[in-house]
Formats: sequence, C-alpha cells, structure tokens
Amino acid sequence: MNSAPSVVAVVVVAVATLAIGTWGLRFSRTTSDFFVASRSVRPGLNASAIGGEYLSAASFLGIAGLVLTFGADMLWYPVGWTAGYLVLLVLVAAPLRRSGAYTLPDFAEARLGSGRVRAACSVLVVAIGWLYLLPQFQGAGLTLNAAIGAPSWIGAPVVAGVVLVNVLAGGMRSVTFVQAFQYWLKLTALLVPAVVLLMVWVGDGATAPTRVGADAAAWSLPVADGGGSGLYLTYSLITATFLGTMGLPHVVVRFYTNPDGRAARRTTVAVLGLLGAFYLLPPVYAALGRVYAEDRMSDVLVLELPRLMVGGTAGDMLSALVTAGAFAAFLSTSSGLSIAVAGVLGQDALGRSRLSGVSAFRVGAAVAVVVPCVVAIAAPDLGIARAVGLAFTVAASTFCPLLVLGIWWRGLTDVGAISGLVVGLLGSSVGVGHAFARTEGTGWWHALLSQPAAWCVPLAFLTMITVSLLTRDRIAPDVNRFMVRLHTPEAVALDRG
Amino acid sequence: MTSQPPERVRVTGPPRHPTRRRARTREIDDQTALGGVLMASLLRAQLRLAIGLLLPVGAVAVGLPLAFHLWPSFAETEVLRVPIAWLVLGFAVYPSLAALGWLYVRRAERNERDFAELLEIAEGP
Repeated sequence: MNSAPSVVAVVVVAVATLAIGTWGLRFSRTTSDFFVASRSVRPGLNASAIGGEYLSAASFLGIAGLVLTFGADMLWYPVGWTAGYLVLLVLVAAPLRRSGAYTLPDFAEARLGSGRVRAACSVLVVAIGWLYLLPQFQGAGLTLNAAIGAPSWIGAPVVAGVVLVNVLAGGMRSVTFVQAFQYWLKLTALLVPAVVLLMVWVGDGATAPTRVGADAAAWSLPVADGGGSGLYLTYSLITATFLGTMGLPHVVVRFYTNPDGRAARRTTVAVLGLLGAFYLLPPVYAALGRVYAEDRMSDVLVLELPRLMVGGTAGDMLSALVTAGAFAAFLSTSSGLSIAVAGVLGQDALGRSRLSGVSAFRVGAAVAVVVPCVVAIAAPDLGIARAVGLAFTVAASTFCPLLVLGIWWRGLTDVGAISGLVVGLLGSSVGVGHAFARTEGTGWWHALLSQPAAWCVPLAFLTMITVSLLTRDRIAPDVNRFMVRLHTPEAVALDRG
Repeated sequence: MTSQPPERVRVTGPPRHPTRRRARTREIDDQTALGGVLMASLLRAQLRLAIGLLLPVGAVAVGLPLAFHLWPSFAETEVLRVPIAWLVLGFAVYPSLAALGWLYVRRAERNERDFAELLEIAEGP
C-alpha cells in the first residue's frame, strides 16, 4: 500500500478549499455577506452548495458501511435524507425564506414575539450543530488513519483548522463557492471508482451480493431485525430523517441566502436532483463490499474497497480519489454547521457585547469549531451515520413541530412552542444518552430508548398544539400580518409588517 | 373691457361606479373580512397541495416496511436480477422524489399566480 497519492489528495483538497475561500473573500464586505451571502445566491449555484454542505461524512462513508454491516434496512437513511428535502420543500422552504429572518431563533422570535422562545431555539441550534459536528471530526480522524496511517486524533484538528480559516476569512459568501465545488468533487470521487469497481465485478463473474453469506435473506430485507420492534426501529428512522432535515441549522441557514421565496423552492428541487444522483452510489459500494470485503470494515469500507478490488497503483489512485471526496465531505459539512452555530453564537451570546457584527461572528465561529473538536478527541466513537442520525432525531422532535405549526397554524403560542421544544428535547435526549452510554441490547425497551423519534416527534407536536390551545390568549397580536409575509409572493405589493 | 371668460366646466354623466371599490391589496393590508378570506384561500390552496403531495409519500413510507415485514418473500422478488427492495430503495425513489418536487413547485407557483391575479382584478376601477 502506497499512501502518497492519498496524502497528496488530502493536501490538494485542503489547499483548493482555502484558495476558493480566499477568492470568495473578495466579495465579502458586509455583515450580511458573512451571515447570508447578502441573499443573492442563484438557484443553480445555491443547490450545488446545499448539496455540498448536506452530503456529510455520514453520506459519503457512513451509509455504505451501515448497509454492509446491518443490511438493506439502512437504505432508509439515504432515502430519508432525500425525502426530508421534499418535506422541507413542501412545508417550509418558501415561507421560511419569506419570513426574512437570519436564523431559526430569528424566525421563532419574529413569529411568536418572545425572547424566551428565541433563547430556547439558540440553545437547540448550538446543541444540534455540535452533535452533528462531532461525527464529522471523528470521521476525519478515521479517514486519515485508514488512508495515510496518521494517528486518529489528528483528523479533528486538521479539519477544524481548515474550516476555521475559511469561515473566519469570508463567512457565508466564500463558503458558498467552496461548497458548490465540493459537491461536484464528492460526486466524482464516488462515481469514478464505482464505475471501475463495477467493471471489475462484472469481469469477476458478477456474483449477486444478495446471495452471499448465510444471512443473505435477512441482509437484503429492508426492515430491521427483531420482528415488531425491528419494524418500530425502521419507522423511527424514517420519522427522524423525513422530518429532521428541515430542523438542521446548516440546512435552514442556507435558505436565507436565496433572493426570494420562489428561488428558495427552485433551489430545493435542484437539490433533490443532486442528492438523488449522489445517493445512488453508496449502496453500490455496500453491495460490492458484501462480495469482496468483510463486515468489520464498516465506516472505512468506501476507502478500502478500491485497494481490495483493484490493487496496485490503480487501486492507490482510486483510493486517493475517494479519500479526497471524504475529506471534502468533512470540510463542507463542518463549514456549514460552523457558520450556522457561529451565526447564532455571534448574535445571541455575543450580540450584546461591544464586538461589532463581523467580530462577534468570528469569535462565535472559533467557539463553534473548537468545542466539538475537543469533544471529538475525548469522546467515544459512536459510528458516523448513527451519531448524525441522533442529530436528525433532535431536530425532528424540536424544530420540525415549531416550523410546521408556526408556518401553517395561527394558533401557536409562545408557551405552547416552549413546552413542545422542552418535551421534544427531553424525549430525543433519551436516544442521545443511550448512544453515549453505549448500552447494547434488543427488544422493545431498547428499541424505544435508542430510537425515540417515532414516539417523541408526535408527542412534541401534541404538546405544542394542546398547550397552545390552552393559552389562546397569548397568540401573537400581529400573527395575521406575519402570515401575509410568509405566504404571499413577493411580487404582490403588500404590507408585510 | 376685459372680462375673464367663465371657468370651463367639464360635463360628465353620473359616475358609473357609485362606490369605487378599494384595491384588494388594501383589504389585506387593513385586515378586513375580505382580506381575511383572500388570505385564507391562498393558505388553504397551498396547504391542500402540500398534504395531497405528502400523503402518498407517507403512505409509501409506512406501507413499504410493513409489506416487507409481513411478506419477507416479497422483498426477494427479483426484477432484472435485482431484488425488488433494492430496486425501489436504492434506485427508484430518487427520480420519484425529484419528480414530485418539480410537480409541487409548478402547482405552488400557479397557486401564487392565481392569488396575485385575484388581487389585480379588483384593483381596476
């Protein structure tokens, strides 16, 4: 094994990222540039950027490993991550852009007129952001270890460093260019080796992956093992991914970079296409891994498979390409998350200090990156896609009901929103705690505790609705004006408050 | 002797619209009953569209795992040598989701155009 091509690949991606970021800096001047790229990103570029940002280590490495290890029920992860965008498009995209708010806390405050809801949302954005950053940093360690034999603690600081330089330099405006570039890099890095590997597979006689091994039938069945509780686990995964996408801070913050509501919708459709194209590939690696690799490889399957199947210099080159894509995945998702968390920290935690808008954003960015970086080195490895799945569960249980009810139901009150957020957070924290405690088990209790989304999301919705109905006198007085702002096309001249 | 000519008076018939209708955008701005109805109609159209689109998606998301759970042999049915479960979840869903998204955008923009036209009709004299 020759790791020189992989080292070169990682360095090239890091340098290209910094170079494009610096180039983008020439356009970044104002606070609005830093937070939302002055809301002038066109749908085509923006869709690539969203795709680049969204396809994280979990998509690039995690899915293939999970499908290889646990079987076809894990195919629901990429399906849910794409379907989540459809749900987002249909229920949230245009109104969220038209709300005219920078971040989720801004939206909550504008809709409900309550500082407390705003504070609760700020805490949640930071919590979800850090929960999502953690596996990115850990995945970076794993990748550098597998690809070039570096000690696994080194990945987190390397990724954190590049992200920090980029975010500090140009904020959202420059990161948009970087992420658009990284979507296409990731697609190429997975597509080219996949085509080569498929040709090798056909040349080897095309053994059907679903007929390999004693557990072939269970492996190719897209429902989790364990009878009824397995079915529950599958439903829980579907609930979390379908509904969690709209509540992810780095996804939401992207919508404010669209010029208007109509562009926000068109961007989202383009994203659906880009994600669909990408997600065709990880299952190919999983299926080939079934034939050529062993279950144990899991998270590094995508990195190792080219070397296993091709070998020699060609294998090393393909491996280098995949490593470059994986590195791009960590960088782009971490950048997006850091910007979202930095935006909230800069506005809410540091906004009242004497720092100017841009300085507060920069201090916020440093805190946003350093904390999960330290935790990533210290905390146990949860498995990339699993940990990301937890972030989706928290988002689905908290921000999903807040956004859906806030946008479509006048009756939501501040008290109702807070109650629902608290219930959703407590419920989904059960799953997070369960994962960090690393308890293993089977059966109903384990299923209910480890994947709480299927009971937790409905409970959060129910709480928000019930408490809002009980506190009807607290409905925001200007809610009708706000509904006009959310739902009417910008072309119509109306008073939007 | 120079006397000012009498000021010219324009003779017109009785106004054809005794009470000039107010622009409908004003109805919404002033939150009148009519404005409320107009807004409610837009919201209802968009929400109906959203639910009409999400219901089938939800039905598939609930139905597929249930079908595979109840009839595991169904998942093994092969089409073109690929098990049907893999064909659906690994491939067919993605173009379907993109197509649904495209359909939604067209319909949602049409709803908004209808709303805008409704307001403009009323703004004439």
